[in-house]
Amino acid sequence: MKVAVLVKEVPESSARTRIDPGTLRLDRNGAATLNPFDANALEEALRVREGAGEGEVVAIMMAPAKGADSLRKALAVGADRAVHVSDEALAGSDLVATARALAKAVEREEPDLVLLGQQGSDSDGAVLWAALADLLRLPVVSQAATLEVAEGAVTVKRQTEYGYDVIRAPLPCVVAVSDAINEPRYPSLKGIMGAKKKPFETLATAELGLGGDEVGEAGSRTTVEALADPPARGDAQRIEDEGGDAAEKIVAYLTERKLL
Amino acid sequence: MPTLVYLEDHEGELVKGALGVLAKARELGDDVAAVLCGSGVGELAPQAGRFGAARVYVADDPALEAPLPQPRVDVLAALVGEKGFDTVLFGASVLTADVAAGLAARLGAGLNWDLVDLEVRDGKLHGRRPALQDSVVVDVGWTSEPRLALVRSGTFDPVESGGEAEVEEVRVEVQDFSRAAVMVERAHAESEGPSIEDADVIVAGGRGLGDPEKFALLEELAKALGGAVAATRAVVDAGWYPYATQVGQTGKNVSPRLYVACGISGAVQHKVGMQSSGTIVAINKDPNAPIFEYADLGVVGDLHEIVPKLTELVRERRS
Ligand SMILES: Cc1cc2nc3c(=O)[nH]c(=O)nc-3n(C[C@H](O)[C@H](O)[C@H](O)COP(=O)(O)OP(=O)(O)OC[C@H]3O[C@@H](n4cnc5c(N)ncnc54)[C@H](O)[C@@H]3O)c2cc1C
Ligand SMILES: Nc1ncnc2c1ncn2[C@@H]1O[C@H](COP(=O)(O)O)[C@@H](O)[C@H]1O
Repeated sequence: MKVAVLVKEVPESSARTRIDPGTLRLDRNGAATLNPFDANALEEALRVREGAGEGEVVAIMMAPAKGADSLRKALAVGADRAVHVSDEALAGSDLVATARALAKAVEREEPDLVLLGQQGSDSDGAVLWAALADLLRLPVVSQAATLEVAEGAVTVKRQTEYGYDVIRAPLPCVVAVSDAINEPRYPSLKGIMGAKKKPFETLATAELGLGGDEVGEAGSRTTVEALADPPARGDAQRIEDEGGDAAEKIVAYLTERKLL
Repeated sequence: MPTLVYLEDHEGELVKGALGVLAKARELGDDVAAVLCGSGVGELAPQAGRFGAARVYVADDPALEAPLPQPRVDVLAALVGEKGFDTVLFGASVLTADVAAGLAARLGAGLNWDLVDLEVRDGKLHGRRPALQDSVVVDVGWTSEPRLALVRSGTFDPVESGGEAEVEEVRVEVQDFSRAAVMVERAHAESEGPSIEDADVIVAGGRGLGDPEKFALLEELAKALGGAVAATRAVVDAGWYPYATQVGQTGKNVSPRLYVACGISGAVQHKVGMQSSGTIVAINKDPNAPIFEYADLGVVGDLHEIVPKLTELVRERRS
């Protein structure tokens, strides 16, 4: 059982991140980390491998060079191998351009199952899997709250606007998991030490057989044209629970506004 | 600007979000068609006409019976290619997000998502999208056609203009890989659990509660405040609390006078279901939690400490 898990690097806290007003791109120079939602995808990949009793988990990331640190974290947690798709030409890639690069990287691996997280904490896109699956010509199921792999197929329970669907798809296929599917494990000290010895491959776009006009800004069909502040918020207040008096302060606030 | 609006349906009705997008499309230009995909969906065409579609394409095929995205990508890709639509709009949902992204990849088209407005300036379409947990608003565009857009749920209201649509059947050809995923069991209304839509006060809990038993803390507080208890998808998916109490994009939309969020990070998908509440109080131990970006009163602290005390004080006050 070979599982490819797609992991993304995101800014440490996206609410504090900025978009560079010059390039109109996300400022990726600040502290970065592995997308927390992808920890669930990685955990599920490890469980599927463990459940099968054999196989391999390959973590794939498209990110600038410094994303390598975050990708190594996936190795520390338990992935067997890492593939880092990294190239200047990829900067400014939109959804489809990103999907093209990742699809090529996945294709090389010929995995039985491709797992993604439910969303990037920075992009809130929650759409990449469907674009990826279309390029790979594989079935796709998103928002998986549970995932079962048996007899060459996955069975997924997933939430929609109307309740829970149960969907089955044959392997190989693409599944994006919800953040409630499992409780991700933490890396052990042994895992962190061992990560340095695990295979780590870095691929440029040319090695993926991609032309410069298929990815990056040249391969993208969407643009960011301007930035603005969100509508001003009223008189929001913030309190810290110092000395355990937060409950009193909440009651005072509610009383003042006649909400009690 | 020939525009196509994807009309999602559920149990014999067109969904409100899709009709809202249709109304917006009509406001932006006259050349607006809609497409219906399903099995036996033809009967919904008059409804589409009443809500503003001049022409309705009907893709009626057993392969489109289940609400799964990939067969719909096949239908839309053929239709857009044949008729030359330069804009395709979707009201965002679990289904349409996957349809739109699949279609973008198939056509090599630009997709902008989570839009809260659409506008034509100098003959060019622009979208507005809040980004980075809604801390900045981005003006987005497209550099080629067709332009694809997903509109955030609840953004536009439907307008019943009372027209009549010209109906055209479309041929349905579905690729093998698009048929591979199958619906084993369809969602059915899970009605157990209390109704939260009419509550005046809502106390909502998320994964920060730590374990399902801790919902008791919120039930006590809700009782003291005379309100109902709600939950995030993370805890509903984990089976801690019933789906009927979920607030957000795939749950309920609520607007109580007071919303107390406990141990909830405040993801955009949660926000869309509760942002119109009168007053939002958030208790979260992480000072960077996105919910603090839109809470009226943000309380940084441990809910396990604060909530029982709060319940006690509210009871005292009320007796
Ligand atoms: C298509 C789609 C649809 C979705 N629909 C919905 C929807 O309808 N509704 C919805 O809610 N979500 C929805 N989501 C999921 C959403 O994106 C988030 O994953 C989810 O809302 C997170 O739930 P949470 O806040 O309970 O958990 P988390 O994000 O894990 O947040 C838990 C919070 O608790 C805090 N905390 C931890 N311990 C304590 C403590 N002791 N005291 C105080 N605070 C503490 C943490 O700091 C953290 O901020 C959807 C996602 C997608 C992709
Ligand atoms: N640059 C990337 N590299 C690898 N995986 C990614 C990348 N961007 C997105 N993903 C995957 O796609 C999911 C959805 O991301 P997004 O569409 O950005 O919200 C994430 O949870 C990841 O699994």
